Amino acid sequence: MKFLCLPCDQVMTFAERQVPGDGTLAAVFSCPSCEREMAMLTNPYETQLVSGLGVKIGGRTVPEQPMELLRTSLDGARPDAFVEADAPPAAATLAGDVPIAGRLTWSADALERLERVPSFVRGMVKRIYADWARERGISEMTPELMSRARTELGLEEM
Amino acid sequence: MRNIRTYTEVGPGGASIPEQVVAQGDRLAARLKDIRSVVGIASGKGGVGKSALTANLAAALASDGLRVGALDADLNGPSLARMLGVVGKRMVEGEHGIEPPTAAVGVRVVSMELFQDGEDAPLRWRGPEADGWVWRNVVETGTLRELISDVAWGELDVLLVDVAPGTDRIGRLLDLVPDPAALLLVTTPSEMSRRVVARSARLVREACVGKVGIVENMTSWECPNCNALTDLYEPAGPDLSGRDGIEKWGAVPFDPRLARSTDEGVPFVLSHPETPAALAIREIIARLLGELEAK
Repeated sequence: MKFLCLPCDQVMTFAERQVPGDGTLAAVFSCPSCEREMAMLTNPYETQLVSGLGVKIGGRTVPEQPMELLRTSLDGARPDAFVEADAPPAAATLAGDVPIAGRLTWSADALERLERVPSFVRGMVKRIYADWARERGISEMTPELMSRARTELGLEEM
Repeated sequence: MRNIRTYTEVGPGGASIPEQVVAQGDRLAARLKDIRSVVGIASGKGGVGKSALTANLAAALASDGLRVGALDADLNGPSLARMLGVVGKRMVEGEHGIEPPTAAVGVRVVSMELFQDGEDAPLRWRGPEADGWVWRNVVETGTLRELISDVAWGELDVLLVDVAPGTDRIGRLLDLVPDPAALLLVTTPSEMSRRVVARSARLVREACVGKVGIVENMTSWECPNCNALTDLYEPAGPDLSGRDGIEKWGAVPFDPRLARSTDEGVPFVLSHPETPAALAIREIIARLLGELEAK
């Protein structure tokens, strides 16, 4: 799917994606020459058709996660289907613990916020936050950092 | 008419969807590299015993020391997790993907039964109900892709794939795994079943699948008193073997204990190893391994 700016004969570049929450999607493209913008609006089943491919219009901000399509699409998922491989003991996750070198700890508030994520996708979401933090040398995740990551990564669809 | 450049002429840019689809294919190919042989167990027809055969083939191969995975590709009617005794077990979010539960005999199993809440939960996807036909098939194919590429199967000698009924489902597997090491087409001797499986046979012939074997299931019944085997059906319909290199690899007699055993998650081939049905399954394995060796 490409958009051609006819006056400039240029392929328009992806600029922004908005998900209003009603099943529709808006993707904004702009011409690199004349900077004219256009928005592509998809209806719910067109939106679902694209997301069913496991792709994001305009490209991904984070790599595709294991079983991302299944986990975000299945209705009636078993809450305890997954368990973390290296779940640290509960005490080690409390705020104030000495962080192990290279290992991310989560503040109690951050863990509480993470607990609100449905368990079927929680491991996937946690991994996305953890990768984001590691790339920035962050040793402790807090709710504020989670909000920052969410904005930076454009996780509005998760 | 204006001369508008075509999609392929304008170069990169746009929604970046093809690049992501290519990346998915790369991930699938990388996972398949660690799997020596993918073997599909298909039919086209439902109710011929594909899943029970898959479960027993997997258990027998694993008991012989092979590293075996079993993938239930029947997303709407999954049963393999129950048949291999891993229902209720949890999957692990591993570093290299989702680690599947392991059955008692060492078979790594993935089935939609492991993801769904409740034994009677029908498969439902989030999405607009109206015009669901537009996207549902895409989601299911993508899910099947993930069940192969995103599972940390590890190094396997054989991955058995239990293919859902419907000849189109065989095509779906071949879209994802274009060159399976072998494909078993399971039928009963009934005319109706043979006619449906003949369509599947034509499909796989035209797809140039290399090793294809016919397995006739529920061919006969053993009298519990005199042990005589009696045909369950009067064979009818097209003879599927001997055409275009497709041969019959085996025939499995009906045994009510096989159904009961697999329902209880106990592979019959291990619990009743000396029965005609278990011995027949062992013969199919010998043929299959011979074909895989020759490939």
